[in-house]
Amino acid sequence: MNWGEFFNMGGYAFNVWGSYLLATVILGLNFWLPLRTFRARQKKIRHANETSSQKN
Amino acid sequence: MIFQKYAAPKYFYPLAGKCLPWFAWLCILTLGAGLYLGLFVAPPDYQQGETVRIMFIHVPAAWMSMFIYAVMAGAAAVGMVWKIKLTDTFISAAAPIGASFTLIALLTGSLWGKPMWGTWWVWDARLTSELILLFLYLGFMSLQSAIDDPRRAARAGAILVLVGVINLPVIHYSVEWWNTLHQPASVVRADGPRIHSSILIPLLVMMGAFKLFFVSIVLLRMRSEILENEADSRWLQEQGA
Repeated sequence: MNWGEFFNMGGYAFNVWGSYLLATVILGLNFWLPLRTFRARQKKIRHANETSSQKN
Repeated sequence: MIFQKYAAPKYFYPLAGKCLPWFAWLCILTLGAGLYLGLFVAPPDYQQGETVRIMFIHVPAAWMSMFIYAVMAGAAAVGMVWKIKLTDTFISAAAPIGASFTLIALLTGSLWGKPMWGTWWVWDARLTSELILLFLYLGFMSLQSAIDDPRRAARAGAILVLVGVINLPVIHYSVEWWNTLHQPASVVRADGPRIHSSILIPLLVMMGAFKLFFVSIVLLRMRSEILENEADSRWLQEQGA
């Protein structure tokens, strides 16, 4: 297959690749932002557990 | 009852953690297959050319926007009747994902509409009712963050979600009830799908990938919210985060 033709999308590269790019960005943020929040909360709780077990 | 047992955060949190990687890997595999079929195997449309490939994002995203709202409404009803706290966690975890799929449907529709209809946007019944769906999601999310008391926030949110359900049949039938620019349904119809399998299969595979994405992210968000709400709970200290 011809990659130039593939990326050109029959002259509709902006519309087709724009759609795929927007979806990737929006879904990527949906993955990345909650994962970051989750890991931060997990770390906080683990840290709190460690310090409280040291006290005992 | 087994369901009620797993509706307790103490049991749900580790269970969700075990299921999550399976859903996530299945999502990646399905997404890979869907993108391959949609971008390389599916033929260009005889009228719309290569722009038809926008459909493999646009249509499954639009389906998801309605599916997620319907599931949220079902959870709101269950939560109101049986007073299960986990349904509130589910609804607030699902809303941002639903809003995202609605936004994707609207934006890709716009990118598709410009070359095919000659306009980015029209106040057509389908487009307008889908925009209202986005506002319902955003309204729910701002209502949740505006009310400090979590019980009241959950109750107000559940009522908003249930009232907004009226918009779902409006979206679905908008293309039949009003004479609109948006084309009528070609897959979800009483007489069966009206599109060729080379297009239908990638469409359904992408749909599966988006569903798996939703399940994975909703589990992640629910686990995250449980950590926030239960930070001081004994079970979390005993079994660890």
